Amino acid sequence: MDFELLIGIFPQVLLDGLILGFMYALIALGSTMVYGVLEFINFAHSEIFIVGAFVGVEILLSLQSAGLLERVPWVLVLLTILLAGMVVSGLLAVTIERVAYRPLRGAPRLIPLISAIGVSFFLQDALRLIESIWRNAFNLVYPTIDVLNERFELTSTIDISVKSLVVIASALLVLWGLHALVNRTKIGTAIRAVAEDQAAASLMGINVNRIISLTFLIGGAMGGAAGVLFGVQYGLINPYSGFIPGLKAFTAAVLGGIGNVPGAMMGGLVLGLLEAFAASYLSLLTGGAFGAEYKDIFAFSILILILIFRPKGLLGEVVRERA
Amino acid sequence: MIHGVASVAAVAASAVLVAVFPRSILAFLAFQASLLFVYTTRIPSWLRGGLLGVALLVLMPLIGFYNGYYLEIATQVGIFVALALGLNIVVGLAGLLDLGYVAFFAVGAYSWAIVGSPHGNEVFGGGFPLGPAWFYAFLIVGLVVAAVTGVLLGLPVLRLRGDYLAIVTLGFGEVIRVLANNLDKPINFTNGPKGITPIGRPPVPFGLPYAEAFYFLVLLIVIVVILVNRRLEDSHIGRAWEAVREDELAAQAMGVPLVRTKLLAFACGASFAGVMGVVFSAKQVFINPESFTFLESIGVLAMVILGGMGSIPGAVLGATVVTVLNLQVLKGLSLWLNELKNAGVTVLGFSLADLPTQLEPAKYERMVFGMILVLMMIFRPQGIFPARRRQRELAAPAAGPTAPPGAGR
Repeated sequence: MDFELLIGIFPQVLLDGLILGFMYALIALGSTMVYGVLEFINFAHSEIFIVGAFVGVEILLSLQSAGLLERVPWVLVLLTILLAGMVVSGLLAVTIERVAYRPLRGAPRLIPLISAIGVSFFLQDALRLIESIWRNAFNLVYPTIDVLNERFELTSTIDISVKSLVVIASALLVLWGLHALVNRTKIGTAIRAVAEDQAAASLMGINVNRIISLTFLIGGAMGGAAGVLFGVQYGLINPYSGFIPGLKAFTAAVLGGIGNVPGAMMGGLVLGLLEAFAASYLSLLTGGAFGAEYKDIFAFSILILILIFRPKGLLGEVVRERA
Repeated sequence: MIHGVASVAAVAASAVLVAVFPRSILAFLAFQASLLFVYTTRIPSWLRGGLLGVALLVLMPLIGFYNGYYLEIATQVGIFVALALGLNIVVGLAGLLDLGYVAFFAVGAYSWAIVGSPHGNEVFGGGFPLGPAWFYAFLIVGLVVAAVTGVLLGLPVLRLRGDYLAIVTLGFGEVIRVLANNLDKPINFTNGPKGITPIGRPPVPFGLPYAEAFYFLVLLIVIVVILVNRRLEDSHIGRAWEAVREDELAAQAMGVPLVRTKLLAFACGASFAGVMGVVFSAKQVFINPESFTFLESIGVLAMVILGGMGSIPGAVLGATVVTVLNLQVLKGLSLWLNELKNAGVTVLGFSLADLPTQLEPAKYERMVFGMILVLMMIFRPQGIFPARRRQRELAAPAAGPTAPPGAGR
């Protein structure tokens, strides 16, 4: 075994894992907030996420065809697509809740879950339909912005691109914003109150329905931001590419303790790192017998193991059984 | 009396219609609708049984001679009916949401595919493929292997709550698919994404053509599955399943062993899928991991939901409707649209030839599944043909978990 190589790639793998981890953390926040408030797995969150990515690519492509992409400062472009993705995804999440989840509130537990799966599938093909009619293509590539692809050499073996820095910085900013919102504002207090006990919250004069909508708005916006960053970082998107990241983000949320906001961040980072290491080291360590393809199995196995042995997650939010 | 005459007339007329217009999708849809009419209308049960028997045993194979694709559709419907009935036990009766059900189908399919094709030599050395007669033995092997897989999966996870169980089964389904995709090294079990071919077909009695033979085989298995399902439903086990679905705590207090009951549900559901997997791999001659995706699992779930969870006629109807929608209606729409495009038809001054080429109605099965799931959950959660007990439960939801919000937390 080549130890030099194993150690040599370590920092780069660490970096890739961190970026992936922040991505998962951002997506996971949306699902974990909704779970915290409604105790329900929002399966359609993967599509809310990928819709954000599509909003971003559509804006970039229009700018490009108008010849403006090179002339507008890239920071402005980036802020615009982030904001647009957040708004569209947030509103989409609110609409989904209103149409497909609210009529089912109070029904047996599996009913809204099945509805959510339905929404997820419906949105995938709806997105495909729209893009097929609009662009006659549904596999879209983010146009490159040259500045973002510049790379800094940290050492001779490790480098980091501007876009990775942007991803990490925006993720940190959004995470900090959410943390402040949930813990320091009145709205955040109301959200936590509804999560704790809907009946008591409504007796205290909190409009539960509005808070739930708001939770979906915030969670959806986080998903949209993650979608745009995903597109910027990895480039190629299609209507179905939200599913696996969405599922992994849910894994991250469970890993950190579902319903728990700091837990989702930590779970995302842990999962991202584990996956990056699995992808790079698995084939090196097993002499090529098991390659990077197994990283998905790795993530799902973690999910299964955590759910079986420590369903509370690593940070131990107590999840109570609702009859 | 009038109903009886109408039923006979409907079946006869639609069969003639199919014979006269063998390429018309509408004619075949009419034939299917006539069967539904026969099933639901008020006629003596001997007439109903007779008509359905004649239609399925005589008319359908005859239609197959006019248009082989219809027989293919009927066979596919049969396969999915068996899958839906299997999932119906797990989701409908026992109330365990299994999102990775197609994994068991895959296990069955691969178990015959590996030994029934020359690929077996790569795994076990020489002596493969096994003779075609082994196929019938492998119907049992597929059943057992799938059931064992079900138990192995079930043992650790069945203590989990409903929605966590759903996610774990989803993960398991994905794990099986990724394994099928990648187990071509270090030992080549599945031949990876390239899939396995040619898979041996069983020997056929009476010199029937293969299409007809598979149709009858699938029909036979479906009938057996329906009989088993009906006997199970009212048995000791079936009642235990429903008790667990309604209230685990109460069921346990009444002496129902929770884990064993759930394991049985998993194993029973899985075994149906395993048998059909074996048939599927032989019928297709070629399988690869693409046939066993999450999409298929959700498709089968949509069938069960559409028909009505826990209802046997519901599962049959759901499987038929969804399969026909996918294979017949969506594909038909695609073909029709293409013909219109090629003919240069214009609608309201818009030339259809200018429609985007990526727009293929046949590719939108997810949309169909999604709409079925959402609409059924919102407007008719008990399904089209509800199970009697389920109907009562969902008709009066006020007493249940709705009472005070946040109750029982």
